[in-house]
Amino acid sequence: MRLLRVLIVAMACVIAVAGVQAQESMPPAPYAYRQLDDPEQEAKAQALMETLRCLKCQSQSIADSDASMAGDMRSDVRMRIAAGEDPEAIRAWLMERYGDYVSYKPEVSETTWPLFALPVLLLAFAGLVLWRRMGRGPAAREGKGES
Amino acid sequence: MNRWFILPLVLFLAFVGLAGYMLTKPKDEFVESRMIGKPLPEFALPAAAVDRPGLATRDFRDGKPRLLNIWASWCIPCAAEAPQLEMLRRQGADVVSVAIRDRPEDVAGFLAQYGNPYSRIGADNLSVVQLGIGSSGVPETFVIDGQGIIRYQHIGDIRPSDVPTLLEKLQEAAK
Amino acid sequence: MAAELGLAAMWLAAALAALQLVAGAMAMNARADGTSELAPLVRPAAVLQGLLAAFAFLSLIYLFAVTDLSVKLVALNSHSAKPLIFKVAGAWGNHEGSMLLWVTVMSTAGALIALVERRLPEKTMQATLAAQGFVALGFYAFLLFSSNPFERLPTPALEGNGLNPLLQDIGLAFHPPTLYFGYVGLSVAFSFAVGALLTRQVTPDFARAMRPWILGAWIFLTVGITAGSYWAYYELGWGGWWFWDPVENASLMPWLAATALLHSASVLAARDALRTWTIMLGVVAFSMSMVGTFLVRSGILTSVHAFAVDPERGTFILALLAIYIGGALAVFAFRAGTVAEGERFSITSREGALVVNNVMLSAILAIVLVGTLYPLLTEAFDVRVSVGPPYFNPVSAIFFFPMVAVLLVGPLLRWRRDSLARIRPSLVIVGLLLLVGIMVALLLSPIGILPGLGLVFAPALAVASVLPLRGRSLRRLPLATWGMVVAHLGIAVALFGMASESAFSEERLVAVQVGQTAEVGPWKVRLDGIQPVAGPNWTALQGRMFASYQGGREIEIDPQSRSFWVPPQQTTESALVTRWNGQLYAVVGNEAGDGKWQLRLWWKPFVTFIWYGGLLIALGGLLALVGRVIADLKRRHAKGRVAQRRKEAKA
Repeated sequence: MRLLRVLIVAMACVIAVAGVQAQESMPPAPYAYRQLDDPEQEAKAQALMETLRCLKCQSQSIADSDASMAGDMRSDVRMRIAAGEDPEAIRAWLMERYGDYVSYKPEVSETTWPLFALPVLLLAFAGLVLWRRMGRGPAAREGKGES
Repeated sequence: MNRWFILPLVLFLAFVGLAGYMLTKPKDEFVESRMIGKPLPEFALPAAAVDRPGLATRDFRDGKPRLLNIWASWCIPCAAEAPQLEMLRRQGADVVSVAIRDRPEDVAGFLAQYGNPYSRIGADNLSVVQLGIGSSGVPETFVIDGQGIIRYQHIGDIRPSDVPTLLEKLQEAAK
Repeated sequence: MAAELGLAAMWLAAALAALQLVAGAMAMNARADGTSELAPLVRPAAVLQGLLAAFAFLSLIYLFAVTDLSVKLVALNSHSAKPLIFKVAGAWGNHEGSMLLWVTVMSTAGALIALVERRLPEKTMQATLAAQGFVALGFYAFLLFSSNPFERLPTPALEGNGLNPLLQDIGLAFHPPTLYFGYVGLSVAFSFAVGALLTRQVTPDFARAMRPWILGAWIFLTVGITAGSYWAYYELGWGGWWFWDPVENASLMPWLAATALLHSASVLAARDALRTWTIMLGVVAFSMSMVGTFLVRSGILTSVHAFAVDPERGTFILALLAIYIGGALAVFAFRAGTVAEGERFSITSREGALVVNNVMLSAILAIVLVGTLYPLLTEAFDVRVSVGPPYFNPVSAIFFFPMVAVLLVGPLLRWRRDSLARIRPSLVIVGLLLLVGIMVALLLSPIGILPGLGLVFAPALAVASVLPLRGRSLRRLPLATWGMVVAHLGIAVALFGMASESAFSEERLVAVQVGQTAEVGPWKVRLDGIQPVAGPNWTALQGRMFASYQGGREIEIDPQSRSFWVPPQQTTESALVTRWNGQLYAVVGNEAGDGKWQLRLWWKPFVTFIWYGGLLIALGGLLALVGRVIADLKRRHAKGRVAQRRKEAKA
């Protein structure tokens, strides 16, 4: 099923984004498939790109998509990084335009806080279950059964 | 009966409720721009066709509302919406446009084949305007008011049924 | 004719499933002393139902093999010119056929337990088979009323529609059934859990009866996930091997639940502890299979331009899901409290370690489940968010690494009660390894925290996983113990691969002219030429390149950029050079102007360990399964002999 899905996604991406990609005659944006010369800047750009969503794809970041818009966004990100812009400023700029959807990076906001509450809750819960066992040793009731 | 044992059932029913609700809800597959109500980003694009001037932000600040169409010659739905754009133009809308990553000869070929409703066409070879305005594909059409404020976004090709809505939004923007 | 026979077999099988359900339910309701008249029918009904379902499925395969174009499903999904293997695989490469495969596997499994499983009290078995019949009945209803695979066309089609060579991929043909076997195996565990819960017979025997099915399902899931991941890796062309895509998560969640269930069933089988928890996991594991199927089939989570999905199918699966899982959880809510408390144990014991394992796995499962469903939840309020690797990776790591830490010592502990002092030498070895790992990781810095932790834990875990062999006679060691050792070793290997890939991968995106050389890591790659090649429905630009590792012998690689015309799309065919210490991954892209070509090159040290590890885990499962089954057979044989002797003595 995973395979099927990947295939479907690949098809959907290509068909949806570029119409018929083969017909798109323009060469890709300058930095879509080119790394920055400064490895440090490139690493910064790469880290940022991996957390930006390809808006036209299913579950892919712009760092691993062939969609032409993902290429444009990569180029945009690299050029801004090269111009000395801060990665988080670029992310904020994109989020101002596309909303939370464009960023994979989890940020606590009024729409995403439950995602962060969950691990804390689970940690507390796991701690409780284990503590009950540890605290009472062999005499503990079967605490797990109650979870 | 232990109260805790009912928790999985409750959580599960919540999931079924959500899933059932989402199944009935029509799927909204568009990424909407968050730039509605905000001014256009600054840009100045060269002309993409020989007989039409390019496009810059200042062109929007003459007090007249416009339609800003984002398209490309390689985009099939863009050809499908061409008659509707022509209809809008004939009903008095000023349609300006941005051609995304296109060659002049392809733009000329497209306009020759499908008509040219645009008063200005800017060539956006780096998708600067597209990213700046929060558009996530072609074609998209924005209503921009006379002060250069983005008022409305239409995602996808314009169907005949969308024409009245766009005209209405243009009139609203004129107020 | 075959279509009508198949359909008739399906109806009959459905009727037998109903009989199985009714007879089983009546047998359970009969008083403790009396038995229901229908009770003896349960096992034969299950066996016959399995045979009929298998017959229906074979009919479908036959229809595809001979390309009977009067059958709608064949006309839509097959073509007379396809190779036979893909004709046959086409039988389950679509919605209707895959559902029939699902129900066939499930009924065959039901028939098998009806035939061979004699350890459990008869009432528990009847309840189990009734549950199995209940689940099957829903799927038969689905097939018969909404997705009939045997539907005829009013007039036979002239030719089939399914000659898309893109779908003629041996991986595509056998990957989905692998996952189905996993999902369906979990349905057997589910039925056992429901049967045990209804009759309050949550015993070590129940865990032993259920365990081979969990193991089998788990092996298939492991292989399916591993293969799917590798396929995505070489097919998508960017070197990624896991995307936390909803569909991937749909296969990972049952795996996580099955892993937890496997371990808690071990505790129940060996020590008669964790009774309610094991029941709960049995229900959860199958519900994850159903939820996964629902998410994928309903298309509820696909966002942009996914394939046409059928809301009717989604509704049907959701209804089945609600009935099965909701019903089981309701029974759980009312019955679990009446299941007698299990044995007690200390935290420093094998059970204690396994409890940690279970808590952590369940936490990871909760994270993946909520993370996958969260976008759906916010969409209900018209807010769109993205939950992806930057969330899943660190948050699941919070629970994964403590679990691995416990895994270092857990298998060394004795059941019931143990002290860390007893295993001090092993602790010292593992501790030293961790220390060395930390120092090496610090020297190698800067590497990220997660890959760093992976690199620290992987070698220690590799050694710790074989420590249980210390001081034991390797020849007399039970096969199941070997299975555990190999599977845990597999985790270490996979973890090492993941950490290394993430920490040390090198990427090179360049535009080069023919004759020029690009470097990535220790590799030099020379572009020798670009030539067009053509396939049955595609043309491609093929890059002829020569790659040499540290100036060694040149190896030819030929990545392609393919353009299909029906449907129009481009795919990349990456070229891989596998060495023992990693893979070179090469992709050829578009022309970049000035006679230059875009190349994408990666050097991924030890990336293959990810999938070797996955296969080791599956192999461990297989060893354990074989070991358990052999032991069961021996025990049964011995029991039979004892009974016989007793008989003879009496006579």
